[in-house]
Amino acid sequence: MSQIELAPPVAPDWHRWREGLFNGWANGLVTLATLTAILWLALPFFRWAVVDAVWSGTSADCTTETAGACWAFVGAKFRFMLFAFFPPHLQWRPALVVALIAALLTVSALPRFWSFRLVPVWLLALLVIWLLMAGTAGMEPVSTNHWGGLPITLAVSIAGLAFAFPIALLLALARQSDMGILRSLAVVFIEVLRGVPMIAVLYVAMLIVPMALPSGAAIDKLLRAQIGVTLFFSAYLAEVIRAGLQVIPSGQKEAALSLGLSRIQMLRLVVLPQALTAVIPAIVNLSIGIVLNTSLLAVIGIYDLLNAAKTSATDPTWLGFYSEAYIFAALVYFAICFTGSRYSLWLERKLNGSNRY
Amino acid sequence: MKRHIQPGPSGPGPVSRLRSWIGPLPLQQGLLFVGVLLLFAFLGQNTADSMHRMGLTPGFAFLSHQANFEIGESLFSYSAGDSYARALGAGIANTIKVAVVGCLLATVLGVALGIARLSGNLLLASLVHGYVELLRNTPLLLQLFLWSAIIHTLPPPRGAYTFLGSVYLSNRGVYLPSLSVEGLPAFIWLSVVALAVLATLVLSRRLFAGSALYLPKSAGAVLGALALCYLTLTSLGFAASVEIPAKGGFNIRGGLSLTPEFAALLIGLVVNASASISEIVRSGIQSVKSGQWEAARALGLKPAQILRLVVLPQALRVITPLMISSFLDLTKNSSLAVAIGYPDLVSVANTTANTTGQVLEAIIIIAAVYLSISLAVSAVMNLYNRRVVLRAEGKR
Repeated sequence: MSQIELAPPVAPDWHRWREGLFNGWANGLVTLATLTAILWLALPFFRWAVVDAVWSGTSADCTTETAGACWAFVGAKFRFMLFAFFPPHLQWRPALVVALIAALLTVSALPRFWSFRLVPVWLLALLVIWLLMAGTAGMEPVSTNHWGGLPITLAVSIAGLAFAFPIALLLALARQSDMGILRSLAVVFIEVLRGVPMIAVLYVAMLIVPMALPSGAAIDKLLRAQIGVTLFFSAYLAEVIRAGLQVIPSGQKEAALSLGLSRIQMLRLVVLPQALTAVIPAIVNLSIGIVLNTSLLAVIGIYDLLNAAKTSATDPTWLGFYSEAYIFAALVYFAICFTGSRYSLWLERKLNGSNRY
Repeated sequence: MKRHIQPGPSGPGPVSRLRSWIGPLPLQQGLLFVGVLLLFAFLGQNTADSMHRMGLTPGFAFLSHQANFEIGESLFSYSAGDSYARALGAGIANTIKVAVVGCLLATVLGVALGIARLSGNLLLASLVHGYVELLRNTPLLLQLFLWSAIIHTLPPPRGAYTFLGSVYLSNRGVYLPSLSVEGLPAFIWLSVVALAVLATLVLSRRLFAGSALYLPKSAGAVLGALALCYLTLTSLGFAASVEIPAKGGFNIRGGLSLTPEFAALLIGLVVNASASISEIVRSGIQSVKSGQWEAARALGLKPAQILRLVVLPQALRVITPLMISSFLDLTKNSSLAVAIGYPDLVSVANTTANTTGQVLEAIIIIAAVYLSISLAVSAVMNLYNRRVVLRAEGKR
């Protein structure tokens, strides 16, 4: 979870490449050695993935002696990997959910749309997502046991972030407060959740929570997992926000208080806007971590993108094409997270630029 | 962390110190605390009731019962007839094994990659950049699945891939040359060597204090200690030898063999952690301002000296805490072993929970082990930080 921001990339031009590759015999040797290593590793992969690959046909075409990667399998199981067991004739609904999330993320990513109006928009969107997936309100209902694939990965991440945020904010403030008991409670919560692996948290959500609830009460499995993910990330997010709170000089707080603002007003008007702006890139990086970590839902038997991909290779007609399934899933994750990390870099430069005076 | 200290005639006695620790709103805070306690009591009572309904007695008595399952690999002898406690111990040992070996290898690979990223060679630097981006933008669990799938699609031992005639890759596992000492179990002499290396590292830092890392002399001390180890062992009548695995019949014999699960987990964790460690190394070295290089050069120091005396000591101050948290991440991530069938703590505890039904206890054990590891590490970290901060201020 500890991520470090990359330095901003510099646009390559040909002069720089020539300088960087052959400006001396030592550098030239390194270049040649690297090239050899790349060829040694990449050529067999290229053969497997492109030259010998089977692009269409049935699994019989893929199991011949010379066959490389079986992309026909990905073609055949494409919809299953994206939507898992969601009823096929209703798959426009999860597709719409993915489109909605993408649109929402795009809008929220642009600083000019940043305002408190985004909060109700997001809550409304989460409701619409839930309605589309569950299918109440006149649509054919689909049980959460049949939900799966990319919408689960995205929705759990987004809902996790959305609900973890207020909790994390309160935790960060509690950890900074001068009230001893409150501070200790926050410290224990944060340290315990950060000290155990996420699998342990998911096991608690899966196995302990049903036992701990009064008999008769039951919470849906996916919802329990969502709660686990949310609490787990609220601890990490709290530490990120705390870092932001620490950069605000105490003079600002004192000035605000001496102007006659209440403590709440001081937080809302002076401290939080600055603290949160300072940690937005870190929050984006943490969100990438959430997307990557929702893949752990596979361990407790929820059909997220990774588990759907894994399961697709157990289809008797297309048995055992695990590498292809994982590579496809990896491409989807990479597309999402790489976009996110580029965005975080862009944002950091933009925010830094506007702060410079 | 502001504390309200109330001046008063009584002075800061224990009561007023407690009061200043509690701060404002003591009643509300007390109510909150009681509320949290009540919530936990309520949940705990429900859990106890549910366990009672399922015919389970809460508690750790099951640990002494006979565990009737096998564990694929363990550092000490374990068989299905042993107790659950011993099974969990084997799981903890497996977790520690993969974490220690993983951290060592990830550090070596990560530092090499970090330096490669900083090299002037654009091809090498962009290659490492691509590697880092690829690994950091895909889930670790997926990477582990992929490594596991790749190892299982390797040819059987007969057609195993061979490197330099001494490393074999097959679907039964990875075979490496091993050092063995006749008449002495491997783990004893391995721990002797590890202790010797650790002792020399500490000693060399004490002896050559002044610079944080005095590489050539430390390396000399480590080599000396190793030679001393070797001489002691041979003079005591043990013969050390390098064993190279070889194909024989339907299998590969000799050498050090890693099971496919361990190999997949180890490769996955090391490759994944090396990406973040390389970034840590790079950012650490880049955090040293270029003025420091220039000043050192102006003083007439050679590049190696600049690195050793000026840059590394400062970079290490940035690198060390991040590195430790990477190690912690790796240790916690090794819990994903349960998904690829390596019998680590989580996997054994999971099996225990399934066979005994003592789910709560199993999870408490998992949490307790990981929590004590990370709390111990963060305590050491705080000590280190305090020392580094003091030093930095003392020298200013």
